[in-house]
Order: sequence, then C-alpha cells, then structure tokens
Amino acid sequence: MLVILPLVGAILCFLLPQRVRFLGLMIAFAIAASVVGLLLQVLDQGALRYSLGGWGAPLGISFYTDGLSMLMLLVTALVGLGISVYSIAYFNQEKSVHFWPLWMLLWTALNALFLSADLFNLYVTLELLGLSAVALVALAGGANALDAAMRYLFVSLLGSLFYLLGLALLYHSFASVDIEILAQRVEATPAVWAAMGLMTAGLLLKTALFPLHFWLPPAHANAPAPVSALLSALVVKASFYILLRLWLEVFPLPNSGLGLFLGLLGSSAVLWGGIQTLRQTRLKMLIAYSTVAQLGYLFIAFPLGTSMAWKGALYLLISHALAKSAMFLAAGNLLLFGGHDRITHLDRVAQRLPLTLAAFALAGVSIMGLPPSGGFIGKWLLLDASLRSGQWWWAVILILGSLLAAAYIFKVIGHAFTQAEVTHEAGEVSRMMEWVAFVLALAAIVLGLIAPGPLALMDIGSPFNSGAAQ
Amino acid sequence: MNWDTMLPLLILASSLVPGLIIFFLPEKAVRTRVSLNMTGALIKVFLVGFVIWGVFNGHHYETRLPFLPGLDLVLRADALSILFVTLSTVLWLVTTIYAIGYLENSPHRSRFFGFFSLCVTATVGVALAGNLITFVLFYELLTLATYPLIVHRGTEVAHRAGRTYLIYTIMGGVLLLVGTVWLYGLTGSLEFTHRGFVAALVDNHRSSLIIIFALLIAGLGVKAALVPFHGWLPQAMVAPAPVSALLHAVAVVKAGAFGIVRVVYDVYGIEFAASLGVILPLAILAAITIIYGSVRALMQNDLKRRLAFSTVSQVSYIILGIAVVGPIATIGGLVHLVHQGVMKITLFFCAGNLAETLGIHKISEMDGVGRRMPWTMAAFTIAAFGMIGAPPMAGFVSKWYLGLGALEAGQDWVIIILIGSSLLNAAYFLPVLHSAWFKKPVGIWPAERSFGRMETALTLLVPPVITACLVLMLGLLASAPFSPLQWAHFITTLEYAP
Repeated sequence: MLVILPLVGAILCFLLPQRVRFLGLMIAFAIAASVVGLLLQVLDQGALRYSLGGWGAPLGISFYTDGLSMLMLLVTALVGLGISVYSIAYFNQEKSVHFWPLWMLLWTALNALFLSADLFNLYVTLELLGLSAVALVALAGGANALDAAMRYLFVSLLGSLFYLLGLALLYHSFASVDIEILAQRVEATPAVWAAMGLMTAGLLLKTALFPLHFWLPPAHANAPAPVSALLSALVVKASFYILLRLWLEVFPLPNSGLGLFLGLLGSSAVLWGGIQTLRQTRLKMLIAYSTVAQLGYLFIAFPLGTSMAWKGALYLLISHALAKSAMFLAAGNLLLFGGHDRITHLDRVAQRLPLTLAAFALAGVSIMGLPPSGGFIGKWLLLDASLRSGQWWWAVILILGSLLAAAYIFKVIGHAFTQAEVTHEAGEVSRMMEWVAFVLALAAIVLGLIAPGPLALMDIGSPFNSGAAQ
Repeated sequence: MNWDTMLPLLILASSLVPGLIIFFLPEKAVRTRVSLNMTGALIKVFLVGFVIWGVFNGHHYETRLPFLPGLDLVLRADALSILFVTLSTVLWLVTTIYAIGYLENSPHRSRFFGFFSLCVTATVGVALAGNLITFVLFYELLTLATYPLIVHRGTEVAHRAGRTYLIYTIMGGVLLLVGTVWLYGLTGSLEFTHRGFVAALVDNHRSSLIIIFALLIAGLGVKAALVPFHGWLPQAMVAPAPVSALLHAVAVVKAGAFGIVRVVYDVYGIEFAASLGVILPLAILAAITIIYGSVRALMQNDLKRRLAFSTVSQVSYIILGIAVVGPIATIGGLVHLVHQGVMKITLFFCAGNLAETLGIHKISEMDGVGRRMPWTMAAFTIAAFGMIGAPPMAGFVSKWYLGLGALEAGQDWVIIILIGSSLLNAAYFLPVLHSAWFKKPVGIWPAERSFGRMETALTLLVPPVITACLVLMLGLLASAPFSPLQWAHFITTLEYAP
C-alpha cells in the first residue's frame, strides 16, 4: 500500500546512494500511480477501511480513507511528484544522497498520516513527519539554516508533546484511540475539554497559526527551495488535517466560543501575516510570511461551521498547496539564476526567466483568489458561507486578506516589466525546473475550472455534513 | 456537444489559442506571430458573423459548463451580447493591424501580443457571459490581462499608472465580487434573464438589494470610469497607442459600461430597479460624469490626456441612456456603445500616428500638422465631429436618440446636459482641428521619421482610415438592416415589449 512504498523507497535510497536519483524518481511515480489506483477504488466503493494484519480496531492498526483523506493524498502525490522531478535537477549528487531518504521518509509519514484511523497512529506519523522535516531544513547547511532547524525542532517536539498529553488523557478516559470508537464514547467532560485543548494547542503550534507562527518564516525561508515547497505546501497542512479530524469527528465542535476564538486567531493571522508579508524585502521570506497569512483563512471555517465553509477552507488548502509549492520552486529558480533574492533587484533576473515568472504570476493569481483559480473557488465558498450565516465580518477579513495578497504579489510581479539592462553572470537553471514550477502553478489555476470534481470527492464518507455544528 | 453549444466557446478560443501560442514564440518569429494574430482575428470575425445571422433568425447559442455546485459557467449569445461582441471583434481586427505596425522592432512583442489576445478573449467572455459569475470571472481576467499592457513600456511613469490601475480595478473587482456573492445568497440564482431575475424572487429585502446594486455599480463603475472612480484612466495614457485604443474603445471601459447595462436590465430589470429608486441616482451620476469629464478635457494640453477625459465623459452617455428609462433613450445608449468605440479608436489611432511619425504629444505642437499628414488628420476630423455630434456622423445618431428619449420619458434636464456637453465637446475639439488645418507649421517637428512618399507607415494609416469611414457609414446608413442602430432597436423591443 501507499505507506510501504515510500518507506521501502527511503530504505533503498539510504542503502544505494549511487542510484539515489533514479530510484527516488521511480518510486515517486509508483506512489502517484498507486494513489490514482486508490482514488478509483474510493470513487467506486466509497470510504474504505483496511486493517493491518487483519486485526480490527481496538487492537490492531487500521487505515481509513474517505474523500477528505483521498484529496489530501492526491495533492500530496501531485506536489510530491513535482518536487521529486525538480529535486533531480536541483540537488547535486552529494546533497541528493541526504535529500532522497529524508524526503521518502517524509512522504511515508504524510501518506500514513492521511490514512490513519486512530489518534495514536496520527501521533506517530506526526512525529515522524516533524523529525524528517527538521532534518530537511538543516540540509541547506550554514548557521542560519541550522538555527532555524533547531527552532523548528523545539517547536515540533513541543507541539507533539502537547498532543501526546491530550491523547493520554483521552485514552485514560475512554480506553480507545480509534477515531470512530472515540466518537461514540466521548462526552463533554472537563477531562475531554482539557485533552482537546492540549491537542489543539499542540497542533496549532505546528500549523503555525498566529500568534504561534514565529518559527515558520525562518524555517521555510532558509531551507532549500524544494524543501520550502514541501514544508509550506504539505507539512503544515498535515497538522491542520488532524485538527479537522479532531473537531469534526471525535468531538463535533459545539457552537461555542472556541470556534469564534479560532476564527479570530485566523483573522489576525490573515491581517498580520499579510502586513508582514508586504514588509519583506527578500523573496523567500515574503513567500514564507504569505503562508502564515494563507493558513489563517483555513481557520475562518471554524466559526462558520457549515459544510460549505469547510469545503471552501479545504479548497483553499489544496490550491494553496499547489500554488505555494509552485511559488517556492519559482523563487528557487530566481535565486539560483540571480544569486540573490532581494525583491528590489529582481528585474534583471525575472525578465530572463519568463517561464518561471509566469509560474510565479499564475500561482499569485490563485493566492490572491482571483478567478479563475482554486483560490477563487475556496474564497467564493467561504464568502458565500459567511454571508449566508449573517456573519459578514469574516467576509470583510477575507476581502482585506485578498487585497493584501494582491499588494504583495504585484510588488514582485511589477519587476518583470522594467527596462533593466542585463548586467551580470547568470547561474544555471535547467528547463526542467522551470517547467515543474509552471505546471504546479497551472494546476492551481486548473483547480478553479474543475471544482465540481474535488467538491464531489469531499462528499465521499464526508464528515462535513454530519459533523457541522449548525 | 453540437454546433450550437460549441460556437460561443469557439469564439473565445479564436483569440485565446493564438494568444497562448504567441507567449511561447521566440521574439524573432515575426511572421508566425503576425499570421497567428490575423488568422485568429479573421476567424473570430467570421464566427461572429455566423452567430449574428443565427441570433437574428431566432437561433439559440449557449455553452454551459459546470463550475460550482448549483452554478454553471454560461456563455450565451443573445442580442445584447452580440452588439458588444461584434464591436470588440471588428475593432480587434483593426487594432491588431495597427499594433503590428506600431510595435515594429520594439522589444517584448511576444509578451505584448500574448496579453493582447488574452485581453480580447476576456472582453468577449464578458460580452458572452450568461450569468453574473461568468461575468465576474472574465471581468477579473480582463484586469489581469490589461495590467501587463499598461506597464509594457517599463518606465517609472508606466509603473505608476499600472499601480493606480490595479488599485482601482482590484478594489472594483472586490466590490463586484461581494455584491455577487451576496446576491447569490439572497436569490440563489445569478442567471441573466430578460427583465431581471431579482424582482421575481425577493419581496422583503429592499434595503439589501439597494446596497447590492450600489456595490455592483461601484464595482463596474471603476472600469466604466464613472466620476469618483475615473482616476486611473487618464494615467493609463502612458501605455502604447494600441493599448489606449483597446482600453477606451474595445475592452476595459466598455466592459464596465456593458456590465452596468447587464445589471440594470438582466439582473434587476429596469422597472424593478426604478421602483427601488436606484435609477435616478445613477442617471445623476452619469450626468455629472459627462460634464466633469468634458470640463477636465478642456483643460488638458496633452492630446492623449484630452482624449482620455473625453472618454470619461462619452462613456457615461451609454449609462445615461439606459438610466433615463424609456425605449428610445435606451436605443441611444446602446448604439452609443458601438459608436463611441468606433469614434474613439479612430482618435487614438490618429494620436498614435502623430506621436510615432512626428513625435507630437501636445496639442500646442499640432500647428499645421494637417498639411504634413492629411489622411490622418482627415480621419481625426471626422471622428472629432462625430464626437461633437454633428450630423451625419455616428455620434449624431446617438445624441438624437438620447434627446428624443429623454423628452419621451419626461426628463427634460437630460437635454440640458446633452447640449452642455456637446458645446464642451466642440470647445475642446474645434481648437485642435483649427490649429491642425489652419495654422502655419512652426518648422521642424519634435521627432520626425520619414516614410518616403507616404505620410506614415501603411499599417498605421489604414486602420484609422477604415474606422473613420465606419464613423461616417454608421451615421449615414444608420437605418440599414443589421446596423448597430437597428440592432439596438431589436434589443430594446425585447426589453420593453409588452
């Protein structure tokens, strides 16, 4: 299955450093193919449950796929494939030897996480995910990267610790960690509240929700380009996914202050992140801060709580994954080509890499939420949901966030249209790297045109309809 | 899919596909680029001709693609959209010829023509949109496709203009989007329907509907350059002449005005809108814009800026025409959508020729230019007289209908606006003509280029001459079948027939 494949890949890559690129790529394609296989199965039969070794839920490990996890797996496969191809050209042999095993491990963790049916499995995969992500950040070498990686490590461990504490409390109370069983047994006792509070806090830290976002920009900005893309596109989404599972299935969100609180934090993230993004002078820092702002949108769905809002947030999530990975890869190209990423001096670089710039611009369209793009669909659904429920203030936040996004995206794109002289030596950027960024960005745009498909997928075994609070 | 559902899509594709290919062409592939552009433009003209014939005979062309649950992307060729599509298609063909000549040997041509085609695609999409969400989609696409054209020159001034343009249009887009989402939440439908869909669905949301109307009109008014939102248009003058032509006549400003027509007729319905009490403020806004634009135009010395303010003023005739509420004034407004486009594009082509050939940008430099460039100035003169509203030019027809319509609807004050603005038009165009024809040339031109026996390059000369002839013909042959006037009659009977 999907978990074994990248795991085997990781081991192989570790054992056979000479062939590492070829092996990695083969396995990446194999994973993508098996995700498609699973998709066909899910489309055919609805939500699937699979028990490892035949031991069912309270004892064994079981996997579960519904539309939500399928969607996450698909996005992971798409972005992962892109990043794999990109990395072939990006890393030299020496770096590749380190990169591939870690990346395969990360992919294992992601797939297992999206498939897990119990909270303890989620914990294990989350830990694995965090550790391999930290190691990848450190891959860049240099004091800055190490510093950022250390900080990331602490945050990651702290987050997991909180999660584990909460998990222990839940297990103590209800003698199970299986999501389905817990969902039947759970009651609103103080212990449950404490447990959920702890787990949520831990996950918020990992999702980098404002004001717990301090670790994200340095970590994302200092990592090598493909790693930044991975972190921004997929890793932070994983902890958000667990949050969704927790509050939708284990303990359906009561119509309470908590949703409002998360919504407020999300809104502050959108605004604060947007303003910080606008102030950045370095391209990669700008993109990293933009992630902080974009993550904020996802939490606006909590106070709304309608099925439409969840779908909107999820749609934003997947289109952000595609767009942001494209953006980081594009930034990687620009950085490699020009040797720097100061925004004010981008003119000369940007104009000689039109395809990369196009990738950045297309991804920007989705980030701004202009049609036609996945970002637009997500924002449309959220806007509609917030106006329908009469909570128009969230709509105002959405709009302000989009305006800020437009401001910082065009701050960069404007440099493509100047009359700059070509003055300096250029680094080498392969066509392949340009195309990968472009294709990912294009995928974010295409998401805006095929919305009925993914939205229908979300409905398969969906937690959104039953678990909605309103 | 059969032929009838494919056709609107094909019309879009005829400019989209060449545009996308052009992006990937190397800079030197001039011949491929030119032939792609021209093929696309000609195919589009052909397809549109086919659709006109079909629609006139009661055919129904519609493409429907699923977009969101409960919402489709709809492209539909109805009588109103045909009016705008035809205008854009014909003028695109002319502008493409002009742009090929204008940009000869300048850098970044692949980029320019790529976005140029995208821009027209978006405009045609706006015209063909069958519901508000499709409209919004193409409207935003238009914003994005125009920005690179405005900053094409890459100078500091161009960047500032581009920034202003973005700030205005993105704000406008946001207002439009909020209005659209809100409306969707209230009514559950966004489908353009004759006489509006809002009235039938809502009884007790009057105040929300008024706010939504204001949001939509403000969002559209930005592109239509209604008065508090017109600031970007004069600044955008730094763009190359074909882009100005595109902004003023073919695409952007027209998309805004067209959108207002759509909202008033097919979303709210003119009678329901009037009963909400939102039409009179719109009319007053349009009237203020007309006068204000003309007064500002009078004060400009830069030729293109003067033309820009003139656009601000002229486009509001369209809005005034529909806001007077009466069939005859509506005909005047709709027909002005076409007439203003043809006249203004001529003026901008001529201004571009003066700048390219002689380096003339200011009106004070135009003394005696009529002797040096008689053909260009003849075209300019025809279009300028059209703008003033002198018979038998196209502009006269629009103003005649507007005036008659105002009298019929009992809104006599509109006549005063019309007379006032015509006088102002005369005041800012006649001195230009006078100095061009009757003053002596001062000697050397600011930056003259020689074209042998011709007054300028052929590709630059032919387009304004064609459009000037169109201006004359639209006036002289106004009652011929299939003229814009007859077509506007046709639309109006649909809207006002019992």
